[in-house]
Amino acid sequence: MHERKLGEVVLRVEGISLSFGAMRVLNNISFDVRQGEIRSIIGPNGAGKSSMLNVINGVYHPQQGTITYRGVTRDQMKVHHAAAQGIARTFQNIALFKGMSTLDNIMTGRNLKIKSNMLQQAIYWGKAQKEEIEHRKKVEEIIDFLEIQAIRKTPVGKLPYGMQKRVELGRALAAEPELLLLDEPMAGMNVEEKEDMCRFVLDINDEFGTTIVLIEHDMGVVMDLSDRVVVLDYGLQLADGPPDEVRANQAVIDAYLGVSN
Amino acid sequence: MLYREAGEFKSTYRADQAILTIRQDRWFMWALLVVAFLVIPLVSSEYWLGTIMLPFLILALAALGLNVLTGYAGQLSLGTGGFMATGAFAAYKLATAFPELHILVVILMSGGITAGVGLLFGIPSLRIKGFYLAVATLASQFFLIWMFNKFGWFTNYSSSGVISAPPMSLFGDNFVTGPYATPEAKYLFTLTLVVLFALMTKNLVRSNIGREWMAVRDMDIAAEIIGIKMLPTKLKAFGYSSFLCGIAGALWAFVYTGSVEPLAFDVNRSFQILFMIIIGGLGSIMGAFLGAAFIVLLPIFLSNAPHWFGLNIAVDMISHIEFMVFGALIIFFLIVEPHGLARLWQLLKEKLRLWPFPY
Ligand SMILES: Nc1ncnc2c1ncn2[C@@H]1O[C@H](COP(=O)(O)OP(=O)(O)O)[C@@H](O)[C@H]1O
Ligand SMILES: [Mg+2]
Repeated sequence: MHERKLGEVVLRVEGISLSFGAMRVLNNISFDVRQGEIRSIIGPNGAGKSSMLNVINGVYHPQQGTITYRGVTRDQMKVHHAAAQGIARTFQNIALFKGMSTLDNIMTGRNLKIKSNMLQQAIYWGKAQKEEIEHRKKVEEIIDFLEIQAIRKTPVGKLPYGMQKRVELGRALAAEPELLLLDEPMAGMNVEEKEDMCRFVLDINDEFGTTIVLIEHDMGVVMDLSDRVVVLDYGLQLADGPPDEVRANQAVIDAYLGVSN
Repeated sequence: MLYREAGEFKSTYRADQAILTIRQDRWFMWALLVVAFLVIPLVSSEYWLGTIMLPFLILALAALGLNVLTGYAGQLSLGTGGFMATGAFAAYKLATAFPELHILVVILMSGGITAGVGLLFGIPSLRIKGFYLAVATLASQFFLIWMFNKFGWFTNYSSSGVISAPPMSLFGDNFVTGPYATPEAKYLFTLTLVVLFALMTKNLVRSNIGREWMAVRDMDIAAEIIGIKMLPTKLKAFGYSSFLCGIAGALWAFVYTGSVEPLAFDVNRSFQILFMIIIGGLGSIMGAFLGAAFIVLLPIFLSNAPHWFGLNIAVDMISHIEFMVFGALIIFFLIVEPHGLARLWQLLKEKLRLWPFPY
């Protein structure tokens, strides 16, 4: 990949261990994410990748370890706090608001930026309307960026899978996040859809300077996009480094790349 | 192509975000308002205004309230009757303790008090969902009605058990409650309030809070992850919903029946209003009105229709038929069309938009 200068560390997880009952899902995981980079997490199914993202944005609370975000070290993140601090994400299994249109789903992504109170919204005319128009402009920029103008008013439940993934990305972008967590954004897509999604990920990173943590199975995509890669295998951290280095790592070849996935 | 949006390109977001974006829809709404405010009071008999239009409007307001909570925010409630009773008794206590209060103040304050009660019963919704929440709200229904029956303080220790709403006027001798109030005055007073609250509700559901309610309804964990706080969002739904139900209860007791009795707000009322939003359309403002109209008018239709066809059907048979029709419709709408009559109306419009060309 192209040579890039990575910024300072924005997120560091250190010694993270997470168990559900007797099952240990993450075992002493440590890595950092630098400003402006695309950081990938790879590993076979059940390796603990999604759980790792859940630890980062506070859905799961690890039994051990610390998370340092924006210079503050904590034992665990809280979901609301993570959102308020600029962490947004998409889900492996799409988690859109099925009964709402594309537009409303993405508008909802801006909820933390809305200042008018319930009474002002009930009256609507005045502050609430001004704000709605302001945020609508921003959301239309995202709609243009993701090329989903045609499905603006469609209820998302009716959209094909690939489009739903795009809308979900749009909802995350609407928050103007500093750190974007993408959980298998290209899974289940055809080649063309994958190419589009790759382009979006790169553009988000380039144009908005958003730091991205990416979970992806397609090795070609991972090697192309990533600045650095963490490899997990059944809760253990096998390797961490630039794509070329990880690809050459014997433990990784044995445990993951050697096995057809 | 009389009905269409083609050629009505929206050049501003402001226009695109309007309540009704299609010109014909706006005309239809204005026409409906003219009919409701001018034509109906002129042409309707006292019977129609007093015994059909009034309960229709008041029940539509309660259905609107329940639709905010259940249709928009996804919190199933069987406590609507209890909240209406709270509004009715709050209005009675306020109007008797402070006779100088204006009727509007009394009604708004009873809504406010009911909102407080609704908030209280909404707190468990953070922990319990779906079926269990429905049971909890059912418990609140029984508790509230029991409380109003049990403690004489609520009825001002009336020995007869029948308590009448005092006569109150909007201004001068324009009475809207009590024996001096004309059906026209009662109707117009209620209509004005209901239209204003419907507009307010529409504004809420098209703003941020409405999107937050629907987000919580559709996928609460994703809602939390984008920064929506569960408790305040659910409590706002409980509060606003019970505010509307409380006002509906106060109007029912003061303007419609003229007497405050817990029996009018028993669990059957809760189910009746739930059926209204299921038949009318969950998560739709118009659905609340369509559902209320349907449930108020169906019994009248059923008891008159046989005569039109020269049939003679016994009264108890008619009530059996009524139950069967309701049951079938509710099952139909729950399974086939959860968005109810409002959605059917929408589909009809989409067909109209394409007419006369099918594509
Ligand atoms: N909430 C949970 N409760 C119990 N087990 C879980 C939970 N979340 C994840 N797991 C388990 O943790 C392991 C790792 O899951 P996950 O993080 O989804 O893996 P990946 O995303 O790498 O495929 C799996 O065995 C999964 O069953
Ligand atoms: Mg996963």
